[in-house]
Amino acid sequence: MTTVTNGVNVQALLDAREVLKGAPEAAQFTWRASAKWQNGVHSQIKVQSFFGLGEEHNHKEEWSFEADHPEVFAAEDNGITPIEYLLVGLASCLTGGIASVAENRGIQLRSVESVVEGGHDIRGILGADSDVRNGYNDIKVTFHIDADASQEDIEALVAQSQKRSAVYDALTNPTNVTVEVAPSGQH
Amino acid sequence: MLERGEVANSWRTERWDSLRLLTPNWQSRLPGLRYEGPDPDGYMTVGEVIAFIERFAAVTRAPVRTGVTVTSVRPADDGYHVTTTRGELSCRAVVIASGACNQPSVPQFAGAVPPSVEQLTPFDYRDPAKLPDGGVLVVGASATGVQLAAELQRSGRPVTLSVGEHVRLPRTYRDRDVLWWMDASGVWDQRYDEVEDLTRARRLPSPQLVGTPERTTLDLNALASMGVELVGRWAAVRDGGALFSGGLRNVFSLADLKMNRLLGTFDEWVLTSGRDAEFGPPERFAPTRVPSSTRLQLDLGSGEIRSVVWATGFRPDYGWLDVPVVDAKGQLRHEGGVAGRPGLYALGLPVLRRRRSTFMCGIEDDAREVIEHLARYLAARR
Repeated sequence: MTTVTNGVNVQALLDAREVLKGAPEAAQFTWRASAKWQNGVHSQIKVQSFFGLGEEHNHKEEWSFEADHPEVFAAEDNGITPIEYLLVGLASCLTGGIASVAENRGIQLRSVESVVEGGHDIRGILGADSDVRNGYNDIKVTFHIDADASQEDIEALVAQSQKRSAVYDALTNPTNVTVEVAPSGQH
Repeated sequence: MLERGEVANSWRTERWDSLRLLTPNWQSRLPGLRYEGPDPDGYMTVGEVIAFIERFAAVTRAPVRTGVTVTSVRPADDGYHVTTTRGELSCRAVVIASGACNQPSVPQFAGAVPPSVEQLTPFDYRDPAKLPDGGVLVVGASATGVQLAAELQRSGRPVTLSVGEHVRLPRTYRDRDVLWWMDASGVWDQRYDEVEDLTRARRLPSPQLVGTPERTTLDLNALASMGVELVGRWAAVRDGGALFSGGLRNVFSLADLKMNRLLGTFDEWVLTSGRDAEFGPPERFAPTRVPSSTRLQLDLGSGEIRSVVWATGFRPDYGWLDVPVVDAKGQLRHEGGVAGRPGLYALGLPVLRRRRSTFMCGIEDDAREVIEHLARYLAARR
């Protein structure tokens, strides 16, 4: 069998899995983002530090994101919408998962492209109809994958990627979200 | 042999009325006792299973002490000290044969289901007539879930079935019982030390099968055709509403893919064993149909659902086992049935030594091997 090189260090992941089975505290990660309102509905979000394996870490650099609404929403389009960031997360999470599963199964990938579409009825967020939810009504992801494998094996990669995807789970299952306001005067 | 009730206790007290074995009768073979009735391809009822096990106890003159509940097994200098409701005893070795299904597993959020909705586990359920009229939410789509969903839907109670990961199988394949294939092809003979992910294999739910004279396949497509509404895995209760996963489509894909892979294994075996003249051509089955959108929530207080049946699996109860051989998840630590302290053994757990370990036709080989180990252990300590 030729060596598969999708670039994923599967051995490191498998080793981590074994170690963390016996060390659940080390497996507790906290991801975080800090946001600052700019103007209108435009905010800037920075991501750098995260906690995991028992200590604080930093990404190699501080990453910065802009979020805004588009001009058809009577805004200035200084960045993508917050709801579009979820599609960024889903597409990248599933893609990374496909690469990892392919590496683990010895399948050589040549290209993996996807289009994600989220159907969204904006009457929800506008308050125009209380029967309409604020979030997506449905999300569809279409993958085009060129790999050294049968259609069935490729479908199995995609199914397994969903099974282990953080963002897929975050979107398809409920999550407790708590939003608090610090007492005024504190910063 | 200590038995808290009568011989075949769990079959007498923890099964519902219409239950039949998933395995065809010809697979009911114990050392010195086989099914010899007129319907080898049929499936035993609960009453027939009880009679079969009783007969085996009689034929083997098993030294069973009934009505004895074990309340503690703890280490002693020369073996183990056992406390029961009928006295104490000491022994040099213990074989745990209490099985993996002592208690139903029910999600914690069951406590948040409104009291107006009746809740049952498979241990409570006997037949549809005991449930209130009206909608039933069956949770879990493995063997128990699909069987109860079908029975309840046929009783006139609209069923909503919450589906998590499951094992899909056709009842028959290329004109033979699917469990004939598991036996003949050698899949069931795969040893525990040959299985790639043993933890996963030991946690596999019972496949979606039912034992009926017609040998019908009872998969999700069959249930949907009967009018059962399929929803995703029940994730939480919030504000009196059940929240279901939106990931149902992938759960269907995973089950279909695994089924097809298994059928492919059977087809390969036919070719390599040179027996293809005996069978019709390979078959594949329609993918599990996904509704265009599935309900994500259900108001538990609206009266639409009058009862919930938790077909969400079982777990063992080792509360009486005062030996540190139980892991953080409440499972026994063992190596092919040899538990983590000398003289302590187990039988009848999933994939104990082989994939067939928990089936009637699997206990004999496991028992021989485990008891050989036990006998050597006792001989070495004389």
